[in-house]
Amino acid sequence: MRAPDNPVAAKGDVLLAVDNVSLGFGGVKALSDVSFDIRRGEIRAIIGPNGAGKTSMLNCINGFYYPTEGRITFKGVKRPKMRPYEAARGGIARTFQNVALFKSMSTLDNIMAGRSLKMKSNFFWQLFRHGPAMKEEVEHRRVVEEIIDFLEIQHIRKIPVGRLPYGLQKRVELGRALAMEPDLLLLDEPMAGMNLEEKEDMSRFILEVNQQFGTTIALIEHDMGVVMDLSDRVVVLEYGRKIADGTPDVVKSDQRVIDAYLGVAH
Amino acid sequence: MFYREAGQFKSTYPADMAIFPLREDRIGIAVIILAAYSLAFLGNAFLLQAVMIPFLVFSLAAIGLNILTGYAGLLSLGTGAFMGVGAYACYKLMTAFPDVNVIVWIFVSGFFSAAIGALFGLPSLRIKGFYLAVATLAAQFFLQWCFIRIPWLVNYNVSGALDAPLRTLFGIPVLGATATPQTRYLVVLTIVILLTWVASNLVHGRIGRAWIAIRDMDLAAELMGIRPLQTKLLAFAVSSYYCGVAGALLVFLWYGGAEYDVFNINQSFFILFMVIIGGLGSLIGSFFGAALIFILPIVLGIVLPAMLSPFGLSVGADVIEHLRFMIVGALIIFFLIVEPHGLARLWQIGKQKLLVWPFPY
Repeated sequence: MRAPDNPVAAKGDVLLAVDNVSLGFGGVKALSDVSFDIRRGEIRAIIGPNGAGKTSMLNCINGFYYPTEGRITFKGVKRPKMRPYEAARGGIARTFQNVALFKSMSTLDNIMAGRSLKMKSNFFWQLFRHGPAMKEEVEHRRVVEEIIDFLEIQHIRKIPVGRLPYGLQKRVELGRALAMEPDLLLLDEPMAGMNLEEKEDMSRFILEVNQQFGTTIALIEHDMGVVMDLSDRVVVLEYGRKIADGTPDVVKSDQRVIDAYLGVAH
Repeated sequence: MFYREAGQFKSTYPADMAIFPLREDRIGIAVIILAAYSLAFLGNAFLLQAVMIPFLVFSLAAIGLNILTGYAGLLSLGTGAFMGVGAYACYKLMTAFPDVNVIVWIFVSGFFSAAIGALFGLPSLRIKGFYLAVATLAAQFFLQWCFIRIPWLVNYNVSGALDAPLRTLFGIPVLGATATPQTRYLVVLTIVILLTWVASNLVHGRIGRAWIAIRDMDLAAELMGIRPLQTKLLAFAVSSYYCGVAGALLVFLWYGGAEYDVFNINQSFFILFMVIIGGLGSLIGSFFGAALIFILPIVLGIVLPAMLSPFGLSVGADVIEHLRFMIVGALIIFFLIVEPHGLARLWQIGKQKLLVWPFPY
């Protein structure tokens, strides 16, 4: 895996900025007037009660939805309306709340599929699986093996992922996203449905990805312990609006956040 | 005992990524290819002409549809028509340029069918599943209409039929009335082996992964940077290429001549059944499917009377025909219940069991 150009020193300048973004589906407003930024090298958490618009926010960032109002600036450039594969080209990778792996493929092939963007050999050589095509396969296999070592999933290399237990599937999905060598990694509930041990493993991987490779991470998570421990800054959404933004300590003691999570007496 | 993974260490990535990583598998494939070639010299004309050539042609068409439906997950009912495009293109090309070797034209005719296939694949970006199948049905009907209504396609031949002119390869006739079943079989076999090898290269590489990714989870695939339209159209083009070549082989090397009628909707269903029974997303399954659906009825037609005669039962040809349909139908249902993923999966399970034999796991 490649280390980014300047991991630690770069931390600070804004990688992605969301300005006054609103998203509506007919009459339903999923997001209204949300603004926040994600800085290079940080772990940014997006939290909120169910239906707060967290996943919609991620979907806007990686191009599944286009905001009805507002704008998203990525790497200092305002983003035009784009398709998800264009966002991928720009360096945004993502995992899903419900694992979205290619079920019939092996772990190896899943992570290899994550390298699709980096593979360039032309159709002609693909026909023969020789020359440049094979050389490229081997080159990328080497990178994929590094990711497999990193995530400690050597033993399930050749098993179709559909047969793997949930915790391991989540890990393979992280591997597939890492294979894209993204500038911004979006994790949608990476720890949902995991037991304590699996959560600890996943937290360790997320921290290592962030520290070793300097990858910027935005994550949605419901486990408050995990969120407060892992993230540098937290943004809180409720009913599509931003209600708090700041370091975990600030957010934790914010009255509106406490109200949103615990409810208010009427 | 004779089929073991143990002791075969792979020390390089290419060795590990080989299509047949096991030595036994490589030997097996070599033996099968050798046997197929020796059949040309051992088999009689009936076996070659009425069994093996059509079996290979249908296998090739099934591989084509399998690339589209099995690997890329796009259901198509236009197979028959795409085969027709290949056949008509081949006819036009070889009558317009009789000096160029016919083998070249068989391969080139596939490109015409690939282009038409990609064109009719355009709706696949927006529609999926059964709806896409109905959209490809449009290709089936429209193209068949073209075959009937455009006399230019058959060079204004009054009968409206395609016929195989005499064409030679190294001085030996491969097309037309004087070509022996043996030479035709050898030509078909070589083309099928070559194209199967290419298909296997494609599905094991970057392109194959993109197809499977689109089939398994199209949203995630798009997020990996796989462009849905290009990937789907490529699947349509490659698939139609295979169907086109199969169509050309079907008319000129099997039938020797044919009318538009062989490319009707029944042909599309016939190939689709082969793919489903053989195993979606498996190249070897395409051969199994073609064998079950095409060869089995022929074998039954020979075996059934022989089995019934010792009991003093002499049944008419019509009863045999009915029995054939019933037995093949029952077997199809049986296989689909036992293994919905097709014969290829049964084959794979068998191999897995053999690897650890005599232990259960």
